[in-house]
Amino acid sequence: MKLYCLSGHPTLPCNVLKFKSTTIMLDCGLDMTSTLNFLPLPLVQSPRLSNLPGWSLKDGNAFLDKELKECSGHVFVDSVPEFCLPETELIDLSTVDVILISNYHCMMALPYITEHTGFTGTVYATEPSVQIGRLLMEELVNFIERVPKAQSASLWKNKDIQRLLPSPLKDAVEVSTWRRCYTMQEVNSALSKIQLVGYSQKIELFGAVQVTPLSSGYALGSSNWIIQSHYEKVSYVSGSSLLTTHPQPMDQASLKNSDVLILTGLTQIPTANPDSMVGEFCSNLSLTVRNGGNVLVPCYPSGVIYDLLECLYQYIDSAGLSSIPFYFISPVANSSLEFSQIFAEWLCHNKQTKVYLPEPPFPHAELIQTNKLKHYPSIHGDFSNDFRQPCVVFTGHPSLRFGDVVHFMELWGKSSLNTVIFTEPDFTYLEALAPYQPLAMKCIYCPIDTRLNFIQVSKLLKEVQPLHVVCPEQYTQPPPAQSHRIDLMIDCQPPAMSYRRAEVLALPFKRRYEKIEIMPELADSLVPMEIKPGVSLATVSAVLHTKDNKHILQPPPRPAQPTGGKKRKRASDDIPDCKVLKPLLSGSIPVEQFVQTLEKSTQHPPVPFLLEQHGFSDIKVEDTAKGHIVLLQEAETLIQIEEDSTHIICDNDEMLRVRLRDLVLKFLQKF
Amino acid sequence: MRGPAEGHRSPQACDWPACAQKIVGHIEDSLCSTAVPQVTQALSVLTTAFGHCHGLWTQGLWVRLSPLVARLLEKDPVPASHSLVDLLLSVARSAPSSYRGLWETLAQTLSHLSPTQAGPLALGILKLQDCPQALRTQAFGILLQPLACVLEAAAQAPGPPGLLEGAAGNSMTVDTLLSSKSACVGLLCCALAHLGLLQPLPQRPSPWPQAPLLGAAVTILRLCSGSAAPTSDVGSRLCAILVGCGRVQRAALDFLGALSQGTGPQELVTQVFSVLLEYLVSPESSSMVLKKAFQATLRWLLSSPKTPGCCDLDPHTQLFLRELLPVLQKRLCSPCWEVRDSGLEFLTQMTRHWGGQAGFRQALLASEVPELTKQLLRDPESYVRASAVTATGQLSSWGLCATPAGHECPGAQQESLLVELLHILSTDSEGFPRRAVMQVFTEWLRDGHADVAEDAEQFVAGALQAASRDLDWEVRAQGLELALVFLEQLLGQRGSHCPYAVALPETAPPGVLAQALQVLCRVQLFEFAFRALFDCDRPVAQKSCDLLLFLRAKAAPCGSPQEAGDSPNVASVEATLQRWQAGEQGQPLGYLEPGAVVALLRSVDLEGLRDTLAESSDHVEKSPQSLLQDMLAAVGVLGENEADCY
Repeated sequence: MKLYCLSGHPTLPCNVLKFKSTTIMLDCGLDMTSTLNFLPLPLVQSPRLSNLPGWSLKDGNAFLDKELKECSGHVFVDSVPEFCLPETELIDLSTVDVILISNYHCMMALPYITEHTGFTGTVYATEPSVQIGRLLMEELVNFIERVPKAQSASLWKNKDIQRLLPSPLKDAVEVSTWRRCYTMQEVNSALSKIQLVGYSQKIELFGAVQVTPLSSGYALGSSNWIIQSHYEKVSYVSGSSLLTTHPQPMDQASLKNSDVLILTGLTQIPTANPDSMVGEFCSNLSLTVRNGGNVLVPCYPSGVIYDLLECLYQYIDSAGLSSIPFYFISPVANSSLEFSQIFAEWLCHNKQTKVYLPEPPFPHAELIQTNKLKHYPSIHGDFSNDFRQPCVVFTGHPSLRFGDVVHFMELWGKSSLNTVIFTEPDFTYLEALAPYQPLAMKCIYCPIDTRLNFIQVSKLLKEVQPLHVVCPEQYTQPPPAQSHRIDLMIDCQPPAMSYRRAEVLALPFKRRYEKIEIMPELADSLVPMEIKPGVSLATVSAVLHTKDNKHILQPPPRPAQPTGGKKRKRASDDIPDCKVLKPLLSGSIPVEQFVQTLEKSTQHPPVPFLLEQHGFSDIKVEDTAKGHIVLLQEAETLIQIEEDSTHIICDNDEMLRVRLRDLVLKFLQKF
Repeated sequence: MRGPAEGHRSPQACDWPACAQKIVGHIEDSLCSTAVPQVTQALSVLTTAFGHCHGLWTQGLWVRLSPLVARLLEKDPVPASHSLVDLLLSVARSAPSSYRGLWETLAQTLSHLSPTQAGPLALGILKLQDCPQALRTQAFGILLQPLACVLEAAAQAPGPPGLLEGAAGNSMTVDTLLSSKSACVGLLCCALAHLGLLQPLPQRPSPWPQAPLLGAAVTILRLCSGSAAPTSDVGSRLCAILVGCGRVQRAALDFLGALSQGTGPQELVTQVFSVLLEYLVSPESSSMVLKKAFQATLRWLLSSPKTPGCCDLDPHTQLFLRELLPVLQKRLCSPCWEVRDSGLEFLTQMTRHWGGQAGFRQALLASEVPELTKQLLRDPESYVRASAVTATGQLSSWGLCATPAGHECPGAQQESLLVELLHILSTDSEGFPRRAVMQVFTEWLRDGHADVAEDAEQFVAGALQAASRDLDWEVRAQGLELALVFLEQLLGQRGSHCPYAVALPETAPPGVLAQALQVLCRVQLFEFAFRALFDCDRPVAQKSCDLLLFLRAKAAPCGSPQEAGDSPNVASVEATLQRWQAGEQGQPLGYLEPGAVVALLRSVDLEGLRDTLAESSDHVEKSPQSLLQDMLAAVGVLGENEADCY
């Protein structure tokens, strides 16, 4: 069993598991942090961005000034943003049989995999994951395609040139594999390969393994996966949450008794408690708006935004913010808000019960009805007519490199009354803000990450007790900036195996059993013999038939009729196990009794035809790690008795060997 | 048990009555028992005995039982350690010098008990007035040990001798700290609480290691917040155990607050303020931790030294305030009402003490805190509204209330605040904000708040009118407090500090009195007071009774009883009062003439009423008469021997 690690990002995993005869890809997350190296794509012409000076080398060489621009001491690539794809060279991705998706954030690289690698398999995901994943992809494509950029920078990617660039460009990894965003056509084609699944649904893969999605409690339709055969169980935990937010709670019990548990997608901000962050978010929002400032919340169009809107629903009246407009701007804003209301079966119990009242599960419906929350596909059109300040705007993209958020950063960045509140944990906020510096607006970092923290992981592992844990290397050591925080790493026994990008792990467990079915007529013919109470044995002679990873014992073909020709006779000779065999033995040899018998063998000759009838007087017994060695010194003979074998070693004395063998057999049962 | 006959110096067991011998024998057996509950029971009995009786016989008892008690210490773990500590402290508190070997037993117990068990005993020993120095040192060492371990573990490099040279590095304490989260938290919380209790006591150990203790408190708080970066293995493990632990954070903040009573090196004080600010800023601080952080900050701020020759705040404090106010601002916007409430309480206290300090005024007025405070008068949570009322009242007293232009408030703004508070008093659905408004009004009146003083009569009339209709008895009682302050201001009470000292009252000059009575009648104070006199809530009636008695004493020379009695409406007023007393309070009293008031004051049996009200509500049930009746009733059921119950 092997695990191919195609992504180094712990929360945007992409691993391939080879298990039995199947090749299963676990998630295909897209690392978008690469976009932070690019200049933002402004929706409206930005004189500031277009007038940024080109970057030149220390010696004044300015051959890169068209590709690289400098802003407040940072250098950015002036080109269409590109993404860092999972490894495509480590394993032939056309051999992947299935892709299992655990949540909509972890499928963003799907079009790259399904459309460009020769992939011919099936993708499994829950319906909300697919629908919301589609929205995220649609938004991404829209954000990038609506600001066409003629220029495409590639010179800087040259390894020799990259070395000369300042950090972080200099340290960016595998820039040659960075790719532009996919198209909507590719998205549609990729999504058409998805087969929808429900929680606890058992999906057979080629008869070899069974995969089952379980609720992971992190997002609408988010799942962990169980991959099991008859005797082995691998759990894949990715992006799980134990907090009571909107999704169905996490199913922990089904993860028990795993041989291997692959653990990814823990919280990216283990020191920030989501509840505290929501409090901080509300306080800062209120403080800004009370002072007449605007609040900008860069966010994804689905996920935490639902919870934030719910908190604000409860908070705005009490904080006297009822008259403040809330705007949600995204090409998929409307679909996202509406989708969330229809996935009742994927919601937590409280929200599910609301559906039967009947009430919308999320209170943002009421916010929309009362005109407190308004949503628009973009800043163009209706929004410009309705826009009123001070206000709160939720919009994407959280990287601040594309989407409507770029416009608001340019618009509000100059006033210290305004505040940008970062709630998505995927991007380092200081890096996200870099191309907007110098910035007067206040910046608040309240990352809300509801995924498991290390305390919860520790409890989970104690509860489900997997034999082995496999996780990204980042989880096996404290964060580099807080090396003393040994509480911020996975602590389990045996220690977790760690992986990094482009690594292949041999998972530390061997398959010992395989299930074989036995045909009824063959079973009928068996004659079990009880060798000890409760244990019966029977010998089987059969043909092992293997097809589609299923093994069946069938009765052997009938022996050929004696009247048959020579050919037939020969054929019957080929049938295995049809010869009369030596009896099978069972039981163990009690050494003391065996030695006594050796000594007394004169009185009770074990075998009547023995010539030498005297006993052995010089017997020596030695204990070994696996059993005993009985040494007959005079006869220069060894009898090695172990749990599952007995060897008689004597030189050129076949008579003695046979005598001793028969003595040994006396202590064993035959059938 | 009676004491032994005189002359017996050391009472022997054989001298004791048979029943006593039997009891002692049973206690001896119990002390030797392997069953912990039995040992506990025996120790409890002895604790009670030594706590209540001192005499030669208790000495004898000690001589006889102390070996058995000492034997308990040989067991591992020591059984019933809590009860054992109680017993030893009970003996030590009574007359320690008369119990032979007591100090040795105490010392032995201290060294045998686990660090957690020994804490309460150590504290008890240190509280004793008279105790050998060696034992005190040992006990203090026990309390300091956990903190010494923390200091040692968190030290970046071996520095100067820490908290306690003798106590540092005790392996048993380190083992306890690292054994489990609950053991570590329990031990640290106990140590911090015990040291916090010891700090203000006159008999606290001297010299008091103020600086290392401050260092330890700061270190613990940093370990809990994750901002400490210990390099040692023990330090890292401690950090992993303590990080985010609210219980230890609360205990450490309490302790840090207690340490504000002492001084410390400037560098450490800077660290204290920085860790407090860290806690106040951190979004991870829970509401309870924040409350404690606010309390500790207040204590440290108020204890910060004054710059010599300058009555304003010292530069460090001013700098701190500049960082603190934005945090307070944010906290006042918290979605968690407990946080908003603690923030307002902190602001009130700070303003109460520093309202007159130019540095504070300047910083506060430059911030949005006053405006936010005013907005919180409309908070959905009643506790927050109440705290906002108190805070706004306090800010207004110092002329620091919110104004749109950010200037100190002119009269017009003040008036609107008064109207707003009156609105809360008459319309708020919860009692807490209304009580707070009455308290603010009383304070404003007492302090001669400029805008109240402008037209005190109208102010008092408005407040009393709103309070008289209030369903909350505390609001009505506070109304009487306001009335009393008003009375004092009119009639003068400067000679006596106690407003209720009616024995030797100073009567007011007749001219002043007549004028005052006119005013009191105009503000309808009497209608309010008489209505309160028959209030169904006893404290209100009592307060009203006291107020009227005070007024009557003041009004003694005003007119003769005949004159007043002849007033035409006195009779009808008396009739109304009688109806009120009977519970029909619907009818108003109408306008009263001062003469009629004086007559009424004389005619109502205020003393009698006061005596009746002074009796507790269960006085009937508690009286011997009632007890006797109960007994008779019980016996009556049995139907025999009625006389025996005497």
